[in-house]
Amino acid sequence: MEDYYRTIDFDWFKHRLVVVSVCVFAVFVIIVARLFFLQVVRGEKYRRLSQNNCIRLQSIAPPRGLIFDRNGVCIADNRPSFDLCLIPKDAKNADQTILKVSSLTGIPREKLKRNFVKNRTSNPYAPVLIAGDVGRDVLALAESHNFDLPGVVIKVRPRRYYLFDGKAAHIVGYAGIISRAELQSPAYRGYEPESYVGKYGAEKLYEPFLQGKYGGRQVEVNASGKVVRVLKTVEAESGNHVYLTIDFGLQQRAEALFKGLSGAAVAIDPRSGEVLAMVSSPSFSQNAFVNGMSAGQWHDLVKDPRNPLENKAIQAEYPPGSVYKIVTAIAAMDEGVIDRDTAFFCPGYYKYGNRVFRCWRAGGHGSVSVVDALAQSCDVFFYQAGQKIGVERLAWYARGCGLGKPTGIALPSEDDGLVPTNRWKLERIGTKWQGGETLSVAIGQSYTLVTPIQMAVLTAAVANGGVLKRPVILKLIETPEGVILKRGKSVGTGVLPASPEALDIVREGMWKAVNDRKGTAWYSAHSRKMDISGKTGTAQVVASPRESDDDGSRKDVIRPHSWFVGYAPSDAPRIAVAVVVEHGGHGSSAAAPIARKIMEAYLENGG
Amino acid sequence: MGDVWQKKKLDWGLLLPVVALGVIGVTVLYSAAASEPVYLQRMLCIKQATWILIGLAIACTSPFFNYKKLEGWAVAIYAVSIALLVCVLLWGKSAGGARRWLSLGPVAMQPSELAKIAVVLILARYYNKHADMEGLGIKKIIVPILLTAVPFLLVVKQPDLGTALMIALVAASVTVFMKIEKRALYTLACMSAILAAAGWFFFLKGYQKERILTFLNPERDPLGAGYHIIQSKIAIGSGMIFGKGFMQGTQNALSFLPEQYTDFVFSVMAEEWGFVGSIVVLVLYLLIIIWGLSIGYQCRDNFGIIMSVGITSIVFWHVAVNVGMVMGLLPVVGVPLPLISYGGSSVITFMIGIALLLNISMRRSGVE
Repeated sequence: MEDYYRTIDFDWFKHRLVVVSVCVFAVFVIIVARLFFLQVVRGEKYRRLSQNNCIRLQSIAPPRGLIFDRNGVCIADNRPSFDLCLIPKDAKNADQTILKVSSLTGIPREKLKRNFVKNRTSNPYAPVLIAGDVGRDVLALAESHNFDLPGVVIKVRPRRYYLFDGKAAHIVGYAGIISRAELQSPAYRGYEPESYVGKYGAEKLYEPFLQGKYGGRQVEVNASGKVVRVLKTVEAESGNHVYLTIDFGLQQRAEALFKGLSGAAVAIDPRSGEVLAMVSSPSFSQNAFVNGMSAGQWHDLVKDPRNPLENKAIQAEYPPGSVYKIVTAIAAMDEGVIDRDTAFFCPGYYKYGNRVFRCWRAGGHGSVSVVDALAQSCDVFFYQAGQKIGVERLAWYARGCGLGKPTGIALPSEDDGLVPTNRWKLERIGTKWQGGETLSVAIGQSYTLVTPIQMAVLTAAVANGGVLKRPVILKLIETPEGVILKRGKSVGTGVLPASPEALDIVREGMWKAVNDRKGTAWYSAHSRKMDISGKTGTAQVVASPRESDDDGSRKDVIRPHSWFVGYAPSDAPRIAVAVVVEHGGHGSSAAAPIARKIMEAYLENGG
Repeated sequence: MGDVWQKKKLDWGLLLPVVALGVIGVTVLYSAAASEPVYLQRMLCIKQATWILIGLAIACTSPFFNYKKLEGWAVAIYAVSIALLVCVLLWGKSAGGARRWLSLGPVAMQPSELAKIAVVLILARYYNKHADMEGLGIKKIIVPILLTAVPFLLVVKQPDLGTALMIALVAASVTVFMKIEKRALYTLACMSAILAAAGWFFFLKGYQKERILTFLNPERDPLGAGYHIIQSKIAIGSGMIFGKGFMQGTQNALSFLPEQYTDFVFSVMAEEWGFVGSIVVLVLYLLIIIWGLSIGYQCRDNFGIIMSVGITSIVFWHVAVNVGMVMGLLPVVGVPLPLISYGGSSVITFMIGIALLLNISMRRSGVE
């Protein structure tokens, strides 16, 4: 210890401590001087500013990014909306102000009062919404009587507006006012109580891109809360624009074709996996969601037996009917149970054990090869092929064709469909698989279920040479300045379990179905304008006894679903479609003409 | 070891201003929390009062312990506080985007507060061994820089810029007090300028630069820090000479002031008690600081002198930066006002500091 006492003596320290004390005094003198300046010199000014909490922040809502189709047609726009708000502290007497607003604008007092009670928060300086989206006449009245209405402020903010209400509703989705639960979740940080957020479809999917950034204003207000000066402004930042892959012209045409019908259609570019159109009928009004629905409107929408809110293209599971014969044909050729020349004789029925399975054509097709069996949709041919393949192998091929699992489209809540096997039946139904059921599966009846998007992806794969592509709905996202942030890209999710030769045979069969006079779609899908290939399907619907006991007024309920899948032009396909019309009857009667018109509309317009 | 402390009385000159500030703190907190529900308002005050009483108990019993032992323990204390800072980063409770708290059963503590004292102790030990009247050369200054940089960076990572800044300022104060050789001073200045420039141009991303610029100039962020400073200035200024009176403040009432219990508590006080009240509070702080320095002045032990300077500088920098910030003189940085801002870790840390000063004061004769 003694050494250190010698190195530094206490006087040295004392000297330095005196210097430190002087520095401390100096700093305190500066602090006191500043305090004197604020409280004594400027005290009056600050006292005045404090009396009404005069310096306030007003938020500026950002315009939501727009949504366009692949060609730049705007689908979701914004329009200015004027909300009448009341700041309780400025109003002093809120009831009286509400009464004045009511007598001035004619809006019922009870309604204003109800909104005021519902929306008010614990902060008496926060504007409370009393009438949302008022018209220009109300706005003008409120503005001109500004000084009689203490505490009333008009908030301008962009409100979502769907230019073609109800069109492409399931893919574009809608935005609505943020819920309390959403507001509290960390995913929605920076949102304000009345922010619009995407609730469904692309609006929800691309929410982080579409939502811009709030700006704000520092303002000075007078005693009745009116802005006397804007001190500083930070502009809101607009959200980013989303371009979808859909062709809106085609979409509208396709939706028009579904007028009065229930069902779904999906059109895909088989080369890129881009979804060109996606119809789910019936649709719903998106603007109703933005503006807020009454309880009655909401009730009607949810209770509608045709289920308008469901996206049938990805969420509805249907038995595939004869379009499934594409899968059976691929399986039969790849397993080697048939080749191009194998012919089966169709007398109009097929005996299996002690049961008789009928062909849809009572008179039979005679001796048919696989190409003609596809073209004419001969059931007997596929009964025999299916019997030889067996249910387990058939299920393996169905999965290889993308069935029984989601396609991976970005939209939420996609359904899996169902590929039945012996094990599935044991687990779910509790009985063993029956040999006869394999025959039904082979022609797309029995337990098999598919979604329209799965069939569209499968058809696109047949068209493009065998690659299953994950369907995409996003073309690109760009900033308002035009900088591209993200591009949608399809990835291959698998390859059809078919040799190039087998695929050629399937395509030949699909070509003949449309272009051969004996083909099932000759009358309904043959086009003089272009070369279409396709496959019809008629899916039997198992009706419950009560439904079939009905007196006939609900006959349509037990009519089969009508299917058509196809692509065009046959030699170098640029569009593949899958169409299902619920209870539309035969595939050729309802679905095929719609599919043909969709393909014609797309290719004739240069798609 | 003699019973020196028994012969000396408790240092009331230091303790009285501390008690006064504690009482003022709870009173102002009651007012600042007026917009909260009554139970919450009471709970905040009771908690704060409890922390102050616990702190006073620590301060009053400290003389039973000889501060000189701390010189031997400094390394261990430093190591523990670094370990705690690492724990915070790994398992800390996060709140508002930062990880600052460690849960210890029912209470949460902020190890970054403890780190301030640990840095003072380790530096006092180091300088006691290595410093001389010539000043510190560049070789001798590297170790203290490293000893400071480790906790500094760990706290920056949380991120808690205010506390990190305090650690740096306190370490710098102690070092400057020990005198730095001219050459070393110039070298350090050049090196930090080069580092800062390189960081600015090569390492910092756009948004990080924006954050620093906003920090230096709150006006750049009129919806955030800039708005808070304006509100704070209005609150302070509107207090005028005699203040609006207890519970009469309007700026604090409606959450117009951010962090009104912690970083902006001075504004609430100044609004209600005016220039007169603010001067009283500032004089109390000045008393503590000058008293702390005078304890060093009378101390006959180098370690004790350096330590008393370090601890006093903790109090000084918190007061200067906090009050400077709420009055719009300094950048907006979250630093508590000693003994008045709400918060257990902060109160206990200052009280430990006071306890050490008391201890040094009572053994100032240096008699072992």
